[in-house]
Parts: sequence; structure tokens; C-alpha cells
Amino acid sequence: MGKKVIINILRLIILVLLQAGLFKNIGYYNIASPYPYILFLLLLPIGISNFTLYLIAFAYGLIIDAFYDSIGLHAAACICLMAFRIFFHNITLDVEFKKSFITPSITQLGFKWFISYIAIGTFIHHLALFLIEAFSFKNILYTLMGSLISSVFSILVILLITLLTYRKKSYVNG
Amino acid sequence: MKNLWHFFIRFNAVIWFLLFFIFALILVIRNNEYQKSYFINSSNEIVGSFYKELNYWKGYLALDKVNQELVEENALLHKKLAQYNLLDTTSVSKDIIQVDSLDSARYLFIPAKIANNSIKQKNNYITLSKGRKHGIQEGMGVISSTGIVGFVLKTSPNFSTVQSLLHTDTRVSVTIDSLGVFGSLVWGDNQSSNHAYIREVPSHVLVNKGQKVFTSGFSTFPEGIQVGIIEEVEKSQEDSFLRIKIKLSNDFATLARVYVVEDLKEDEQQELEELQNNG
Repeated sequence: MGKKVIINILRLIILVLLQAGLFKNIGYYNIASPYPYILFLLLLPIGISNFTLYLIAFAYGLIIDAFYDSIGLHAAACICLMAFRIFFHNITLDVEFKKSFITPSITQLGFKWFISYIAIGTFIHHLALFLIEAFSFKNILYTLMGSLISSVFSILVILLITLLTYRKKSYVNG
Repeated sequence: MKNLWHFFIRFNAVIWFLLFFIFALILVIRNNEYQKSYFINSSNEIVGSFYKELNYWKGYLALDKVNQELVEENALLHKKLAQYNLLDTTSVSKDIIQVDSLDSARYLFIPAKIANNSIKQKNNYITLSKGRKHGIQEGMGVISSTGIVGFVLKTSPNFSTVQSLLHTDTRVSVTIDSLGVFGSLVWGDNQSSNHAYIREVPSHVLVNKGQKVFTSGFSTFPEGIQVGIIEEVEKSQEDSFLRIKIKLSNDFATLARVYVVEDLKEDEQQELEELQNNG
């Protein structure tokens, strides 16, 4: 349990630093910019209460906002992502999984589950992010295109990170 | 109470989501300059469009007044333009320019509203809702912003009757653009309110379709007011004049506001002409 907390905190720090130091500078204007920092939220252990999840998402979003000078924007998007996560877990996971404290991973839940979880979650997050950033339905096609292309970008980066840290049998239960 | 608690537990994900999301949005709007300005703009847009709509309807109530003002302003402009036309060096010999410009305003334009109009009769008359009180006298010319209308026939204190251009007896001296020939414009027994004829243009003059027709300044109208465009030119078999059909630039059917032209030097001119006739 304590180990899990430490791993998640480390993951948080690494992802925030990567996002702020590297991925912020990558991208093609506003059309294709990756936000793989959301991996932290997606990989939070299953079984945390909803309120705690939202609180973590909100705080995490605010941390990213601090780097992007966009107070509230990433927080709102992360809240959306967290809503998706809760919904998705509710409909796809068995009860015994919900009680366990495992990290969602390919090893535990299979590639198909994991890829759809990552892909849909990323897209929802990016859609919310781009819509709130644009703050209008003007140029809606441009906004949609931006969120779609950025989603693909982010998903690829997230999968890359997942592959780099992939272990056949995790020694810490995920 | 128990049910409420159950409801809250059942939908806690949604409720927490809404609370956090709204809080995040408030943060976004309060702190981000762009969103803030957009928010203010959109609220202004709502207020603005409301006022625009309101003014649009209110405008109808004030339409009469606004129109009146515009017509009066137009009259002033016409007056100024007439001054400039008089000073035109191509039409007036140079020594006239030395005349004091205060005297040079020859025409005054009195705006008037049409009270009654007819176009379907053989002889048509127009009633204006201004009369002697407003300085309208018999014999004055009446023009609109697009062309000439007719002559004042009779006046009462508050109304005046205008003999329309669409009248068998109306004759207006006109010239054809760039030709320098004069003719007289008559409506004749024309059946259309949009067409008239020019008589007394000699048949040797080359007149083309599409040429513009202006007032000559020999009638009570100021010089250079557009009357219409030549539509047909025929050589008459009986005499040596052309039979020219023109399309009037005025639409008599929709005429609403006109200007009565007061020629300030008409009396002087008439006096002089009478002197010659008598002598």
C-alpha cells in the first residue's frame, strides 16, 4: 500500500516534469500537442473512492495548469477524464477488481481493455480541454480536429511509455 | 431523507463531477483573460442584440421624424450643390464667378411629403402636405431624389397640388447628355408611368439608346437633374424631329418624399423677359 503511494507520487512527478519540460514544447501549434500527463490519472489504483479520485484529478490538473498558466483549464479537463474513468470502471470491471487496489495495466486487464481505456479517456480529456480552451462552438471543426489529432499523438506517446515500462509479471501487483 | 442519501450515494460520481467541473470552470473564467473577455463579450452580445432588436422596433416609431430630418438635410445639400453647379466654369462664363457667393444660391429646396398621388389617370396630380405657409408658390418645380416630379399648380395654406409629369399638358425642357441639344419632355397619352417622350429634337442629331437625359435649366427646374434614360429612338415620317422614348428615372408609383424647388431669381428673370416682350 505504502509502496503504491510512493510509486504513484513518483509517477506524478515524472509525468509533470515530462509534460512541462518536454511535451509542452512538442507539437504543431494548437493542432497537435500531446498531453500524456493524463497517464497518471489513468493508472491510479482501482478502488479509490470517487471523491478522492476527483480531488486528485482536480489537484493534478491545477499542477499542470500552473505550468501552462491556464488556471482551471486542465483541472476541468481532468475532472472530465475522471468522470469517464469512474464510468468506464463501473461498466467494465468485476466487483472483486473494484475492491482490489491494483493498477490498471495490460498485464492485469488485457490489451484490448487497456487500449480502449487509454484511447477513449485520452480523447474525452482532449475534447474537453480543447472545447474549454476555445470556449465557443465557433470553428467547432477546427477544435474537433485539433483534439482528435492531439489525441492520436497523446495515445501514441502513452503507449510508448507503457511499452517502455512494461513488465511481464509485475512484482508489485501491477 | 434516507432516499436522498441513497440517491446521493448512487449518483455520487455525477454529483462530484458536476461540483468539481463547475469549480474548475469558474477558475478558468475568473483567471483566464481570454475566457473572461469572451464571457463578457458574449454577455454583451446578448445585451447588445437585445438593444439592437429593441431599437429596430423603436426605430419604426421614430421613422417619420428621422425621415423628415434626412429629407431636410438632403435639401440643404441640394442647395449647396446648386451653388456649385452655378459656379461650374464649363457652363458659366468666367466673370460670373466674381459674383458674391452669398447671392449665388439660386435654388432653395423645400422638403415635402406626398399626401396623395395618382399615376393611372390621363392627367395625374399629386397632393403635397405643405403649402403657402411653408413657402410653396404656384409654378414651382417639384423634384424627387431620383428625378423630376412636376409643377406646383395650386396652393392652400397647408397643401399644394402638383401637376405631375404624368399629365398631358406638362412640358419640361431637357437636354440629352453630352449632345447639347434641347427638347421638351412630354408624357403625352402614354399608358405607362415609367416612360415619357422627348419632342422637338431635330432628326439630324445622333441620339443613342442608353444616353441620359437631364433638365436643361430653362424650365423652373435647376440644371442637370437626371430625368431618365433613352430607351428607343425613331425617325418620324411626318416631320423632321426624332421620336425619342425614355425611361423615367423616377418611380412615380412609390414616390413618397419630394422637394419643391424655389427659384430665387425667377421673378427677376420673368421681369426681364416681360420687358423685352412688351418692348
